[in-house]
Amino acid sequence: MFQGLSEKLQETFKKLRGKGKLNEADVNAAMRDVRMALLEADVNFKVVKDFVAKVKERAVGAEVLESLSPAQQVVKIVHEELIALMGGAESKIQISPKPPTIIMLVGLQGAGKTTHAAKLASLLKKQGKHPLMVACDIYRPAAVKQLEVLGEQIKVPVFAQAGRAAAEIARAAVEYAFKQGADVLIIDTAGRLHINEELMGELQEIKAQVQPQEILLVVDAMTGQDAVNVAETFHARLGLDGVILTKLDGDTRGGAALSVRAVTGCPIKFAGVGEKIEALEAFYPDRMASRILGMGDVLTLIEKAQEAFDEKKAQEMQQKLRKQEFSLEDFLEQMQQLKKMGPLSSIMEMIPGIGKQLKDVTIDEKDMAHVEAIIRSMTSDERRKPSIIKDSRKRRIAKGSGTSIQEVGRLLKQFEQMQKMMKQFAGGLPGGLGKGKKGKRAGLPFVR
Amino acid sequence: MAGFFSQLKQGLVKTRQNFVDKVGELLTGRRKIDEELYEALEEALIRSDAGVNTAMELVEKLRQEAKNRKLTEAQELREVLQELVADLLGAGKPLNLAERGPTVILVVGVNGVGKTTTIGKLANYFRREGKRVILAAGDTFRAAAIDQLEIWGERSEAEVVKQKEGADPAAVAFDAIQAAKSRQADIVLMDTAGRLHNKVNLMEELRKVKRVITREIPAAPHEVLLVLDATTGQNAIQQAKLFQETAGVTGIVLTKLDGTAKGGVVLGIQGEVRIPVKWIGIGEGMDDLRPFVPRDFAAALFSGLDEADG
Repeated sequence: MFQGLSEKLQETFKKLRGKGKLNEADVNAAMRDVRMALLEADVNFKVVKDFVAKVKERAVGAEVLESLSPAQQVVKIVHEELIALMGGAESKIQISPKPPTIIMLVGLQGAGKTTHAAKLASLLKKQGKHPLMVACDIYRPAAVKQLEVLGEQIKVPVFAQAGRAAAEIARAAVEYAFKQGADVLIIDTAGRLHINEELMGELQEIKAQVQPQEILLVVDAMTGQDAVNVAETFHARLGLDGVILTKLDGDTRGGAALSVRAVTGCPIKFAGVGEKIEALEAFYPDRMASRILGMGDVLTLIEKAQEAFDEKKAQEMQQKLRKQEFSLEDFLEQMQQLKKMGPLSSIMEMIPGIGKQLKDVTIDEKDMAHVEAIIRSMTSDERRKPSIIKDSRKRRIAKGSGTSIQEVGRLLKQFEQMQKMMKQFAGGLPGGLGKGKKGKRAGLPFVR
Repeated sequence: MAGFFSQLKQGLVKTRQNFVDKVGELLTGRRKIDEELYEALEEALIRSDAGVNTAMELVEKLRQEAKNRKLTEAQELREVLQELVADLLGAGKPLNLAERGPTVILVVGVNGVGKTTTIGKLANYFRREGKRVILAAGDTFRAAAIDQLEIWGERSEAEVVKQKEGADPAAVAFDAIQAAKSRQADIVLMDTAGRLHNKVNLMEELRKVKRVITREIPAAPHEVLLVLDATTGQNAIQQAKLFQETAGVTGIVLTKLDGTAKGGVVLGIQGEVRIPVKWIGIGEGMDDLRPFVPRDFAAALFSGLDEADG
């Protein structure tokens, strides 16, 4: 996510860092690079202009040029301005005091409305709500079916009516929600071009009928300069309350993220970061700014870890690590928990400084599955004492897991190295191990 | 041809409004050529998603040409810019069809660009030419994607070969080709699941689909069409590059050109990766897919200026 942009900006700042003192020409040169980087990232032309002007104004101020680490100061300013650009603090969806809370999703075709209706429903369900999804996309072939299939997957009911107008369906859904005790209504609408009068009228009709608390625009993060036009038109016609940014797991530089808020004033509330239903994150401008500048995002990482890890198990694990009793069985357990945190590549991105190192490393989730299969093919004795695994056992394990003897050997060797490394850690750390420490590259058998 | 031209113009009316209005403002009127003008032109190109590099290169070339031809009036620059754009787009390339047996067309792209819809439109196009068409439901991942393709199959009277959701798309490809051979179909349109180009596993899956197709018919797939959403920004270039590497893309279908998206992405792509644009989607109807004709496209882009000139 944001990889290209982040790389370009870091390069620029590296150039600045080489200089002890900065003069105005240095700043100007850096700002030219920043401008290029942002434009290549699809940030809207006008937004770039304003952004660069603002940063420049602050950067040529006395406090920067005369400070001891001017480059650091410039980075700080860019960081702050990026946060401001994306809306400052995190904004949540408003839950109506009188249920049901009605959320309406709108956007262009192919932005990901239907998928994100389900992602949002799943997220709200996890928070203890009782969502109901409403299928108001009556145009695209099989769109209703798609929502129904997704509803089945996440066990959230779907309201659909054949042969009726979208606004009527929406109104009927509200009544249905009352009866069924659903407290959140998520309305999926048909994708449309913002210049299509008829369909925009239909959205206004739905809005008038059900008075949603939240109208969220679903925007594809890969959108170019047009993102701003789209957002402006939808905002003018419907009055948007926020934005869901989708497909952020691609290699897009995500300029749309930076532009939409700046132009419409509507905060980005969620970001879609993968194909799985769970891959929806709350959007934190400050954390995102840190990721763009390659500073990592430790906060999100910790939160994810807290969600996925069982506190008691973690403490047990710590004990084991300190006593150097960490076995392959424990390793398997750790892998299970790690998997709960989401795709490995996105986890790695959040670790400060690691994003760049890992640029050319492909993390194959399949390798993880192989490792799992190998460990599962071992007896519990073998898992606890891998040193007893000699050729004949290796052959059996390889057969059992559908891998090769070489792969089994490699895993054992890597595990041994990992244990050695942990000994060093355990000896050197007073309070035991932090959770991040096992992320050391050499120790992960599934990182190539 | 005239009908096509006017429809294309209609579809591109928004494109023209945005791109041409800006360029038009700059180029009409009795302005002298100066540095400010070139900068404004570059800006207009960037705002059309042409990309910073492509915009700079185009303007640099325009500068050279203006010098060579000793142009002094801003208005004369228009002709030159139109020529440069058309040159960049290259010559139109017809679809590669099999001389004997079925022609297999593999359709790929990221999520939500309109692959299934494009296949529906292509099916309709080939059916109208009297061809026997088989649709292969290779998007076994997205919920209800198979149903969506079946509806398109009914509309265009094309047969659909499918398996269950979650099935191996390569197996669907195999089935479809066997069916095409035994039923003597002319065209196989192979749908695939949308995949982000940076997902290694999914791209490998695509490689496998292609491998299976080639194993069954050595010359196939005859075309690998990458569907691109015209609203996409610079990432489209990355998409083109990576799908090219994995699947050997032979042509681009540019969809959703009927919005305010400026189509500049086409210039950007041609400037960086040479893959010809073969079709454009300019509406939601079954017939709203047109073969891409670079000259017409360039002319339609700039034709607003003639009207403005009166």
